[in-house]
Amino acid sequence: MSQTSAKAEGIGSYLVKHLREYGLLFALIAIMVFFQVVTDGTLLKPVNITNLFLQNSYIIIMALGMLMVIVAGHIDLSVGSVMGFVGALAAVMLVNWDLPVAVVIPISLVVGAAIGAAQGYFVAFWRIPSFIVTLAGMLVFRGLSLWLLAGQSVGPFPKSFQALSNGFIPDLFGVDKPNVTALVAGLIAVAVLIWMGVKTRARNAHYGIEDEPFAFFVARNAIISAALMFVIWKLAGFRGLPNVLISMVVLTVVYAFITERTTLGRRVYAIGGNEKAAKLSGINTERLTFLTFVNMGFLAALGGLVFAARLNTATPKAGFGVELDVIAAVFIGGASMSGGSGKIIGAVVGAFIMGVMNNGMSIMGIGIDYQQVIKGLVLLAAVFFDVYNKQKQG
Amino acid sequence: MTALLEMRSITKTFPGVKALDQVNLVVRKGEIHAICGENGAGKSTLMKVLSGVYPAGSYEGDILYDGEIAQFRGIRDSEDRGIIIIHQELALVPLLSIAENLFLGNERATKGVISWPETFRQTETLLKKVGLSEAPGIQVGKLGVGKQQLVEIAKALSKDVRLLILDEPTAALSESDSQALLDLLLELKAQGVTSIIISHKLNEVRRVADSVTVIRDGTTVSTLDAHKEPITEDRIVRDMVGRDMAHRYPERTRRAGDVVFEVKGWNVWHPEHAERQVIKDISFNARAGEVVGIAGLMGSGRTELAMSIFGRSYGRNISGEVFVNGKAADTATVGRAIDAGLAYVTEDRKSLGLILDETIQRNTSLANLDAVATSGVINEARETEVAEKYRAAMRIRTPSVFQKVGNLSGGNQQKVVLSKWLFTEPEVLILDEPTRGIDVGAKYEIYGIINDLSAQGKAVVMISSEMPELLGMCDRIYVMNEGEFVGELNAQDATQERIMSLIVTE
Repeated sequence: MSQTSAKAEGIGSYLVKHLREYGLLFALIAIMVFFQVVTDGTLLKPVNITNLFLQNSYIIIMALGMLMVIVAGHIDLSVGSVMGFVGALAAVMLVNWDLPVAVVIPISLVVGAAIGAAQGYFVAFWRIPSFIVTLAGMLVFRGLSLWLLAGQSVGPFPKSFQALSNGFIPDLFGVDKPNVTALVAGLIAVAVLIWMGVKTRARNAHYGIEDEPFAFFVARNAIISAALMFVIWKLAGFRGLPNVLISMVVLTVVYAFITERTTLGRRVYAIGGNEKAAKLSGINTERLTFLTFVNMGFLAALGGLVFAARLNTATPKAGFGVELDVIAAVFIGGASMSGGSGKIIGAVVGAFIMGVMNNGMSIMGIGIDYQQVIKGLVLLAAVFFDVYNKQKQG
Repeated sequence: MTALLEMRSITKTFPGVKALDQVNLVVRKGEIHAICGENGAGKSTLMKVLSGVYPAGSYEGDILYDGEIAQFRGIRDSEDRGIIIIHQELALVPLLSIAENLFLGNERATKGVISWPETFRQTETLLKKVGLSEAPGIQVGKLGVGKQQLVEIAKALSKDVRLLILDEPTAALSESDSQALLDLLLELKAQGVTSIIISHKLNEVRRVADSVTVIRDGTTVSTLDAHKEPITEDRIVRDMVGRDMAHRYPERTRRAGDVVFEVKGWNVWHPEHAERQVIKDISFNARAGEVVGIAGLMGSGRTELAMSIFGRSYGRNISGEVFVNGKAADTATVGRAIDAGLAYVTEDRKSLGLILDETIQRNTSLANLDAVATSGVINEARETEVAEKYRAAMRIRTPSVFQKVGNLSGGNQQKVVLSKWLFTEPEVLILDEPTRGIDVGAKYEIYGIINDLSAQGKAVVMISSEMPELLGMCDRIYVMNEGEFVGELNAQDATQERIMSLIVTE
């Protein structure tokens, strides 16, 4: 076989093998282009882009935790209810008890983690299927939020609490239109992304790991950088970077790091991949499973705070059905139902796909009925695509 | 007496292996026919050919049943003709009642509606036949293993059995349950039922069998007729094991140092059946540079012994002491056992040893991740170097260490498992069936690796069902049977006959 034909085959087989990862990115872009066209450009207006982030932040935050739970081979159906409950608890503490924000936020996060610990205890140490434990949790905390709020909405909140969601990073350079801080942050992010890409590529080359063809590498980085700068430019022209965007990015980076680079993350994948083998390799499977649920509870609480802060009120219905959006985001993002595989970045993109569809369809004025149908079909299609790909590869 | 069943020159090949080669078996009407042979000799394959699990056309040779050629396409076909197999792992549904189990798939029903009075009436008749006095409505899971075995036989009787095949029926039974089962077989024989019994317990074979066929390496070695000559256990053992074993094992220089690993008074009870003691007061040791074998049949408790020692991964009420280098070692969890210097290569590498969807690199580092990480952050470059080092040392055949282990051959997968454990730098390696399902060339390589390890002064404990392998590799062999060590042999004294006779003469 000649050198060139081997290379050509390399590109083809590489694309086939990684269809899922590129597919996800292309799907997001295609969906955005589609809605941009059918909404006559409303989708990518600065105010709507800002809204997209605000609306979906809590889904993305919880998807980070859900990814780890699903990678470990479990599921958490309670996150919607826990989110609603913690939002309600924070509202009661802020409004009815007049506690300061600086006290309410840590208490809420600890309560979330404790709820996760309680559920994780039964799953990890008593081996009760997580589906059942968290189904129970879903009912319990839905009931407790109703009880806590006595069926009423509680609000409004102090400005400092609202800033959790609705605040923006002021322009440190004093220009404001456009927001130079945002632009600088965007450029730094692009530079870091490209630098990391180059570094990984060099490492792969050093160890002879099969990597994407160079043209793909350039094209992918160019598209992502352009998209990123485009979004940042739009945001800079409006009110700058939303606070919640910063927390989202920081959390995403932290969780991507944990899952991909730390022993902790690696062991969670090992548990999902083959629990018995992991246990016989000296991994404390119970403790790790427990910790993934504690983490999920913590992030559900954070999601609850962000959600309540954005609406500036806690309602008894907050968080209804949100667990399904979160789980769907993780699966659309390519996580395996049986555990052991899935990526943080996939879950985030999955959440954005759901978010853009929600947002776009609402702008188009499509009824909530059809929206549900379409979202359901998209989830099925994404997972079918996964299974089909796997079967074809044998 | 005429033959009920005649299997003529049965040959069955799997890709790369000839499992059965011109096997002949003649079973006469109304007799109890025993089939003996080592693990892997081809007994189960032969029974699968007979029952249609391997359908007609997938093997060569003829099956004559009732004087005519039979072409079974599946279990249904053979069952319709009255051939019924009872496997070692019972095929009963524990949560259903005896009556429901007996007629499962064969319900006493008209148009899909079950007639319970009829079901219970017939169940009672069948239970009487096998000597069970339990009520038909009792859940099968609540019965002991012995009684469950009888329920299986009753189920066979409900299908008008003409040829009953029992695969190791007494392996899991107590002495008295075994006797009851054998009596029942003799009684069924008096009623005209022909049976084939596969067993390692030669005293039982001698007691009930009218004739014995010995299979070795996929061929028929001999058929003995109890009515012509008395069948002795010695004769059967000789036929079972007699094979040459020249140069299948690399040369090793034997030198044993100090005792590195010692287990004293080890007792383990079954995790679910609290009254069953699986390991009974076992003590053994292994020296530096020594390869110590544990011989025994499947189900003798070898794996349970190893797993219970390694982080108490099996059983309950475990008692006993473990010493590594003379010091008491804490092996209460797998993590602590690893820290104490133990490594355990599991018998079942796919479900217990590897994460098949992960790469060679990630499997190699799994048991000692901290060694490639700095304060919890994995250094992937170092991890890759480690994987590359073992890939070269073990000669793992793969394009790269980023290959998924699920795509490797059995021999290469086993080398990955060994790499994983060697990377933990153990003092003691317990290898459970290290060459199962591996081709001959890779076996030789694994043996070479084992010799290298012992030359480095590690203590190796090797569990194997293949006796020639133990004889070829070990310096010392413990013989295990029914949860106990029944003997200890030095390499120069050990023969397959001696091991076998230690096992079969309880």
